[in-house]
Amino acid sequence: MNFLIINFFLISILFFTTFYIFKTTSLISVVALTGVFTLVCAAIYVNLDAVDVAFTEAAVGSGISTILMVLAVAKLPEGKKNQLLNLFPSIVLSVSIVIALMLIIANLPLLGDPNAPIHLHVTPEYIKESKTIFHIPNVVTNILASYRGFDTLGETIVIFTAGIGVIVLLTSNTLNRKTKFKKKAKK
Amino acid sequence: MVSGIFIIITSQNYIKKIVGLAIFQTSVFVFFVSLAKIIDGTAPILNSQNNVYSNPLPHVLILTAIVVGVATSALGLAIVLQIYKNYGSIEENEIKKEELKENN
Repeated sequence: MNFLIINFFLISILFFTTFYIFKTTSLISVVALTGVFTLVCAAIYVNLDAVDVAFTEAAVGSGISTILMVLAVAKLPEGKKNQLLNLFPSIVLSVSIVIALMLIIANLPLLGDPNAPIHLHVTPEYIKESKTIFHIPNVVTNILASYRGFDTLGETIVIFTAGIGVIVLLTSNTLNRKTKFKKKAKK
Repeated sequence: MVSGIFIIITSQNYIKKIVGLAIFQTSVFVFFVSLAKIIDGTAPILNSQNNVYSNPLPHVLILTAIVVGVATSALGLAIVLQIYKNYGSIEENEIKKEELKENN
């Protein structure tokens, strides 16, 4: 029961953070609030027994991503207060997605049910085998590096490609348009 | 999760749109991890005191997805910087106006 109360409390913090991200116009506070959001998500992961995920989220999601965003925002101008466009269609879209998700969630097994289909298929074998085969007590590491090693290799390729893309975008000048917009940027 | 989509569609600032995307992603991750939870279970690190562990498979998937998500947002930020270099603005409606003016 304790676990559910903590979860509700953390998720309510998430709601407030999202609301203020939506409301503020200053970009640096948007970035700071995003860091808060991902850190609270890391706390939720600890509460849900996913310590490895919480570790990664706190280091990568909350640390590196916030640093990258601060570096980008330092070069950009302040946000302006604009009127919201597309308000009506986005409200319709959001409400319809909420209704669809509620219908789906009603059919899911209860939170923490040990007989849910997800817990019955391959996971028992992973947990039973990993100690005798790999001699590492952390099952998540075993699956990440051994059972699903090619998955991790693919992830590395994705990050490598993204890194190349960032370098190309930041160093290229071929996209520069020699028009009035460029003069405006210099002012 | 829905509020992430809402921010992506309604706000005009590109940085805010990227943040909306990150919120959208993170909430999907929380949903995935919540599927792995077992009541009275512990973290999936084998020890002598516990027999019930939460499901490690969603954890592995989400570990991969978090790192890919950061790579995505870094690419998005680089594109925004390039847009600012070329247009002098990062607000979507201003850029649209300039484009229309140029075409006429």
